Parts: sequence; C-alpha cells; structure tokens
Amino acid sequence: MTRRQPLLSVMVFALALSVCGCARNPVSAARAPAPTAFGVAIVESSGGKQVAAVGTTFPQPLTVEVNDDSGNGVAGAAVTFSGPVGVRFDPPNGLTDSGGQFSTNVTLGAMAGRYQLVASTMSKAQKKIDVKVEEIALDYQRQLGQILDDKYCARCHNPESTPERVSNYDNLEVKPHPFTEGGTLNKLNDADLFAIIDHGGPALNKSALMPPYGFTLSKTEIQALIAYIRTISDPPYQASGMVYAR
Amino acid sequence: MQSPNPRSPFSWQNLLGDPTRAFGVVSALLLVLLAIAPAKNYFSEWRHYQNGYLRLIRGRGEAVTLQRHFQPGIHQIWHPDLGITDRCTSCHVGLSEASLADVSTQPYGKHPIIPHSLEEFGCVMCHRGQGAATTVEEAHSSTLAWEQPILPARYMESGCGQCHHAGLVSTPQLNQGRELLARYGCVECHVIKLPVGATMKATQDAPSLSHVADKTSREWIYAWLKDPQAYAVSATMPNFQLKEDEIRDISAFLTANSTPLQGDTAPPSGQKIADPSAGAILYGESFCASCHAVQNAAGNLVGGNLGPELTRIGTKVKPEWLRAWIRNPRSYDLKTEMPHYRFNDQQVATLQGFLEAKTDSDLLANVRLEPATPEQIAHGKSLVMEYGCTSCHEIGGLKKPENFAPELTHIGSKPVSQLIFVAGMPHTLPAYIAGKIRQPRSFAAGLKMPQYTFTTAQIDALTTALLAHNERAQTLPPSLMVPASPASHYEPAGKAGRLMADLGCFSCHTIYGRGGDMAPDLTWEGSSVQRKWLEDFFRNPGTLRPSLIRRMPKFNLTEEEIGTLSDYIMTVYQTPEFDRDSMPDSGYPATQVEQGRQLFYSKYACQSCHIVDPNADKGYIGPTLTGVGARLTAAWVYHWLKNPQSLRAGTVEPNRNLSDDDAKALTAFLMMQKGSSKPEAKP
Repeated sequence: MTRRQPLLSVMVFALALSVCGCARNPVSAARAPAPTAFGVAIVESSGGKQVAAVGTTFPQPLTVEVNDDSGNGVAGAAVTFSGPVGVRFDPPNGLTDSGGQFSTNVTLGAMAGRYQLVASTMSKAQKKIDVKVEEIALDYQRQLGQILDDKYCARCHNPESTPERVSNYDNLEVKPHPFTEGGTLNKLNDADLFAIIDHGGPALNKSALMPPYGFTLSKTEIQALIAYIRTISDPPYQASGMVYAR
Repeated sequence: MQSPNPRSPFSWQNLLGDPTRAFGVVSALLLVLLAIAPAKNYFSEWRHYQNGYLRLIRGRGEAVTLQRHFQPGIHQIWHPDLGITDRCTSCHVGLSEASLADVSTQPYGKHPIIPHSLEEFGCVMCHRGQGAATTVEEAHSSTLAWEQPILPARYMESGCGQCHHAGLVSTPQLNQGRELLARYGCVECHVIKLPVGATMKATQDAPSLSHVADKTSREWIYAWLKDPQAYAVSATMPNFQLKEDEIRDISAFLTANSTPLQGDTAPPSGQKIADPSAGAILYGESFCASCHAVQNAAGNLVGGNLGPELTRIGTKVKPEWLRAWIRNPRSYDLKTEMPHYRFNDQQVATLQGFLEAKTDSDLLANVRLEPATPEQIAHGKSLVMEYGCTSCHEIGGLKKPENFAPELTHIGSKPVSQLIFVAGMPHTLPAYIAGKIRQPRSFAAGLKMPQYTFTTAQIDALTTALLAHNERAQTLPPSLMVPASPASHYEPAGKAGRLMADLGCFSCHTIYGRGGDMAPDLTWEGSSVQRKWLEDFFRNPGTLRPSLIRRMPKFNLTEEEIGTLSDYIMTVYQTPEFDRDSMPDSGYPATQVEQGRQLFYSKYACQSCHIVDPNADKGYIGPTLTGVGARLTAAWVYHWLKNPQSLRAGTVEPNRNLSDDDAKALTAFLMMQKGSSKPEAKP
C-alpha cells in the first residue's frame, strides 16, 4: 500500500507535466462550430482503406457525408473526427458543405497497423451518430513489402489498371487472388504463403502461372511481402496464437 | 568568560531535551537523509515501467521465456565512436521480443522489423531524443538544456540517410526528398557537402538566358516572372514574388542582355501547316508525350516531366525559333536532352502548326510594357544579381555567385536555440525546416528565398532528406558510410558517339551507368540483339513491350547513320560473360523445340507474361516473343533464361534457376519464333 502512494503522485505529476506541456503548444483543439442543420445518418464517401507509411499524411483526404432520412446530403451539419492516440485530423471538425460532405486530411500515428477512425455528427435529438473508417499504417518492413508488391506482384494480382501499369489480371486463365482477398489468403499460414512465393504455385498444387521468386527475392523480402499481404487483407488476418506448454 | 545562558530558548538542550534523546533524533534525521537517494532510485520512473512490464507479461502464454529474458535495472547501449549512450531500453523493455508483436501499449511494444539489430546502432541514431536520460520527459521532449526531442515518425527515413548515400529500395521518402533537392535547384544556391567529399549536384539545368530574346518575347518573360505556375502548373521555377517594377526591369534587362545566336531561328520556308489532326498524330507518333506533359480539359497533366510542359507553348515561343528548334534543338541549346528528330520540312511545319495552336490568350492579355529605359535595364541587372538568378540560369556576361544562400551541410543538427521561429510554430527543427520550405518569406521581411508550390508529401520528403545532413552524418566512422556509386561520365567515342549525343540516347537509355531510366539499359545490347533486327528497329521502331506507354520514337535516320550506330552497338556493347556467337540462331532439332514448347506452356507457364502465339497467348507484362528468334541472339536468350538479373540488374522477370537442358530446350523453342514478315500491330 505504501508503494502505491508515491507512484500515484509520480503519475499525477507526470500528468500535470504533460498537461502543462500541452498547454504550452498552440495546437489547441479548434472549437466545433455550431451546426445549422442536422442529419440522421453519416456515411463514408471516400478516403477509407488507404495505406501509407506510419506518421505520414494520406494522399487522399477522408470524406464523409451527412444524410437526411431520404438519403440526401445535409449542408451545415457538424462533423467531428476522432481516432486513437497519435492520429491527427486537419481540420478535426467542421460543418458539411452544400453537398452534405466534409473532408479532412488524416495523418496516422507512429504505430503500424489498422487504425479505426470515427466520424460523428449529432442528430436533432442530440444523439451521436457515427461511422467507423479503417486506415492502414505500414512500418518499415510492410512498406518494403508494398514496394515489392508494386514491382513484382501487382501487375497480375491487382485487377485494377493505372496509366503507368496495365493489369495482366484479365489475361490469365487461372485468376490470381488479389492481396486484399482475406477470405482466401487468410486460410493459408505464413509457411504456405512463403512456399508459394519461394517455389511458385505448383509447390502447393496451385497454378504454374504463379512463378517461383525464391531465386529473385531474398528471404527477408519474401517475409516483408507476407507481412504486407497480411496487413492489407480484408477481413483482417488473425494469426493463430502460439501454443505453449505450461 | 561567561558560559552561554542555559535558559536561552535556542539552546540545544531546550530544543532536544537530554543529550541521549538529541543523539537519537539526529541519528534518525541522518537515516532519513541517507534514505533519500535509494528511495529516489526505488521510486524512479523506469522501475515503475519495468514493474508494469512484469505485470504485462505475467498474463501471457510465453511468460516464462519473457521473464527469463528480463533483467532488472537500467539498460544501456553504448557506442563511443558514434557518440551514442542510449538508456531507452530501460523502459522500452520488450523491444526485441518477437512474441510481443501484438502489444500496442507503449513503452512495451516490440520494435518493427528493420534491417539493423537494435544493439548495432542504439535508438537515438534514428529516433533522436536524449538517449542518456532516464525520465520520460527528459528523454522525449526538448528543454533548454536538452536540445533533441524525439523525431516524429514521418521523418524517420532521415536516420537511414545519415549513412546510406546511395538510394535504398525501402526508403521512398528519402529518395524523393533527395531527388527534389537536386531537381528543383535547391542545391544551386545552398551548398550541401556530402561526407564522402563531394557536393550535391543539381540534376536539371535551368535553361540558359543568354539568347532568350531569340526564343520568346519580353511580355512572356514578364508573365512568367510574375507567376511561373500560371504558365505551366508543373513549372519547376519557383515564384520570387517580385513587385511589378522589379519584373518590368528584370524582363527589360534579360531582353536587352540577350545576344542573337547564329542559326537558332529559321525563316518560314513555306507556310506552317495548321492541321490539328495531322499534328496530333505526328505528336503521338513521335512520342513527345514521353517527356512533355500537356494539361487536358479536366486539368490533369498528361505526359512525362523530362521536358517542359507544353500546354501554352504557342503563347511563349516565337514561330521562327520553334521551327528551328523542332528541326534541330541543338542549334539553340547544345546540352539539351531533346533528341534531334530529323523531321522533314512538312513534318516540321505540321508540328509547328500543332504546337503554336496551344495558346492561352489570358496569359499576356494585361501585359503592356513601355520600351525599356537604360535605368530600368541597369536596375534589372542589379536585381538579377540580388535574387541570384545566375545560380541556376546562365546569363551572358554574369557570373554564378558562390555561397549565395546558407550552406545546408549541417542543417539536420542545427541547434534550436539558433533558429528564429514564426509565432504559432512548434519550436522544433523539423517544423522549422518544413516551415521554411512551405513559406520561406514568412520568416522575416527581405528574405530572398522564393515560394515553391510543393505538396505536403513533397515538403515532408524534403525535410526528411535535409534532416539527414547533420553533424553525426559528417563525423561517422568511414566503415559505416555507404556512399552513392560515383556518377558515370561515360561518353561514347567517334562518329557514333556524336550521333548518340545528337539523338539524345542517354535521355532515356542507360549505358555504363550513365543515362535515364525510361528505356532499357543498353550496356550489353550488342550481345543481346541480332544486327538485322537492330537496323530494322532503327528504321521503324515497333512495339516490344505492349504494357509500357513510353516507346522508342522514329528518328528518320539515314542508312549511313543506321550503319554507324549498328556497327558501334554490335561491337562495343558486348558482355564479357559469354560469346554472342556461341550458339546458333536457328536449326535446332524438332524434338528439342517441341520439348521447349512443352516447358514454355506447362512447366514454366511463360504465357502468363509473354505472347508467342498471338491467337492463344495473352500475357502482357514481358516483351512480345512472336519474333524473338529474329530479334535476340540464342546465347543471350540462353543466359537470360539462366539468370536474368545477372544481365540486367533489377529486371522483373524472376530467375527460375533452370537446368541447362531446360534452358537449352526453351532457347531452341524461342529461337524458332521468327515472326511474320508484316510489321507488328500497334496495340
């Protein structure tokens, strides 16, 4: 009991210090403007499911739309964004435009992984309505995976074409699995994924259209690819936990 | 002598009673005082976090292992040669524990996987902060005495840049920042010395202004100086935010100072041809868009960024200059990257008509300039010197200034106490650097640094690259330095060399480490292709890689020029790895060809990326192989199949580790693909 007391005071002191520290910075949370209208629903309109390195700002802003009961945008409704520690929104709150939309630039924190962001608005009855949006932050290894995916894999595994990269997906007799396809890829464990990339499709009785990369990519690079594939998988990948003898 | 009054209220007997009691009180006091030091240690922050760590691992399956790894007390990573004394691991206890990958509560999370071990370089090397501190506040925040706060995660790649001066695959942000420093002329005014002894060099030469009056009007120079991005959104020239009279005088000086250049203008021989559809076709056929961008109706830029944007080119250049430029760009600028296309008169007239139609009447609508007075011209000259225009541009009669702007070699470790911040800005070095790039003139009146139009991501990249230029990077032990490979100054010799310079081959192709990355590396081209195919390709370049949007243009070469180039390429650009003629280009036994076909279609499934039979195969990634037997040498195909990366580093085709027999059979099958006589269809 006697030990807890000083610890508590240390924590109170640290809290006080951090409060003082925060107060010194002029990054005060801008007060939300008063809403001129209210909606009944809030939906994500764009900017969700983006992937970027930790701590960086996403290329696309996150846009949400506040709707009335017939699904039309409501102008002048107040929207507030919130997220885990370290996430910054610029601006963090504001009123929807004439189309009922409100956009913010999202900067993720220093921890890699999936971030659940919440955009909320108030209904007329002062009830909070919100929508959850997921964004993904990549650490060093997963960013390397993303770069390798872009160079070696995406041409076949990503059905979307860009002006710089025409997709080969439609030309293949056996369709490759897009890396976001968690329903299929999550069933393969890391060792199986490694084997397919290392030795090619036939290693697991899959199509020979998937060539082996074991003589082109290093072990570290294949592991980085797997880490990246696991990160962007939808639904999320849940590693089966280790089994320990007690 | 009189003894002190025993009745005095301050005597020790009065305060503490009898001597025995006094002794006891003083001893107790001493004990308490002595206990303060160990108590401070016992209740220290790091011990609190270590206890928290023990509580955290107690509930986990692998607790026994983790407990065995745990050692109480202050931990330290010490590298005297790097000046690193890090005690961060005292609180960040589980950094190296693979099984804590799912823990997101700090300070207990596992460190993300990086190419170095944590012991190798410690923490502050990349994260900054005060490594020696043992309290949270002192380690992470900055105070007057502790200069280095923790570096925000967005600039983390600057840590890599301290040792790695060569580009790394896994640091896109750092690479982008360095590229921007070189491309946007930052290093023309600011000297950045590299620890290996060199200085950073600009990659893009701003155009010479010595003969600018031949090329454009004073009115256009005026509009350009006022707002370069109004003429071309992709312009690399920043806005110097000049006053009206300053622009008037600088444009007067540049026009007056310009000297005519022999042969850089061509009198209109015959009419220019205003045929938009023919012009667009020629513009497309010549692959101008590989280097030049044009803004489309939706406002998006379409095309490359090697050459200037052409959206409003008709408003800028004089017709007689444009005609001469299209005919031969080297008549105006010897060092230009633009190829000399050898267009005929009709083609020149068609392109001229097409480009001249790209105008914007708004640009010069309000520009009315009186003829310049000598005072204005003199004032313009002093302004040109004052703003350091000659740092980037060559201007006849003026010298490039030395050390025009502050040197940035140590910018990444500049003490915060030496910086002047703008009100409302966080008092940290990264915020200062980013703020300087975002709005340089907001820091004080009279500053000369121009206003760039960088995006947030570009500013972050530039800040990252600049943070890597610090004291530590300069004083690293040489064994840790990873220098960039020295720039190649390869220059092909003789007639062929002059021809290659004229055609601007190095703008797109790399040979012996020099050149662009838009087209394949040609260092071993002589071992790779057959001479007849090469000559045909020069005559009419067909599509080799359907998935690429940038292609080799047709240069209208004469037969003699084609002969010169082919001779040189076939003789000089040969790999020492194998002999080009060591395998026959045809005449393989049918059984071996058939075996190769089987391998191609079933075992190695090459059709996923390549097309051999245009009616059945659809692979779209690698080059089309319908005529590969008439294009490549058998020895090249064989050695490429054995190990593609050894012939062209970084190529996408995976190394399949083929057996000699499989590689030979595949070579036999591929060499039988001689293609049809009709030219390949464009996609």
